[in-house]
Amino acid sequence: MIHLTILLIFAAFLFSAGVYGVLARRNAVLVLMSIELMLNAVNVNLVAFAQYLKDLTGQIFALFVIAVAAGEVGIGLAIVILIYRNRETIDVDKIDLLKW
Amino acid sequence: MTGPDVAALIIALVGAVAAFRMVTSRNVVRAALYLVVTLAMVGATYILAGAEFVGWTQVLIYVGAIVVLLLFALMLTRAPIGRDTLDNQQRLLALIVGVGVLVGLVFLIQGAFGGKKIAVHATHTQEVGASLFSGYVLPFEVVSVLLLAALIGAVVLARKDDTE
Repeated sequence: MIHLTILLIFAAFLFSAGVYGVLARRNAVLVLMSIELMLNAVNVNLVAFAQYLKDLTGQIFALFVIAVAAGEVGIGLAIVILIYRNRETIDVDKIDLLKW
Repeated sequence: MTGPDVAALIIALVGAVAAFRMVTSRNVVRAALYLVVTLAMVGATYILAGAEFVGWTQVLIYVGAIVVLLLFALMLTRAPIGRDTLDNQQRLLALIVGVGVLVGLVFLIQGAFGGKKIAVHATHTQEVGASLFSGYVLPFEVVSVLLLAALIGAVVLARKDDTE
């Protein structure tokens, strides 16, 4: 028997750390890492509830989230490298091409 | 507190500390290595809760592939080390938002699920596979097409444009 709250609070902490990282970091790669942290928090919740409710759906969706996260990080890093090649920086505060 | 409870608590504490160090680290490579610890601990919680297939998938995909990809990206981009170049000036505001989210979520979780317990039962890969390929075939195919699109997109984006 595991207390459900241990896993849920762990997930909540991971999510909060991810929110802090996304807001406070400048380096685009570190922002992507923080997003991965938030996606993992969601996965912990999905698996914890799947085991709590004895329903496999949560685990299946955790697998889908992992697959989508893999795609997201691939595209994200390709964009980061493209921006670095064009602008010599990956500082998200200095990337303001779409700002007016 | 039972044995699995203590194990979950230790894993969660190690993962939480590593996550905290990851978002506050002043060195990008160290941040990536702390991310490895956090992801491994998340995988450990899956296995502890009985979801072995998701746990090993986590180890394979995240610890094995995504972190290596992130390390390669860090290698290819020049990343200056130090707090001022890694963090922006909204640190305090971000901290308030993060702590606010954490406090709100903990409050809600305690109210809704305080004292509830997971009866740990191993779900075998066979059951996951049977469920995946009986009820979720369409989402599975959509995800495979999405991965193909991401693959082609990443190649097109990162390729050097030598036609111009």
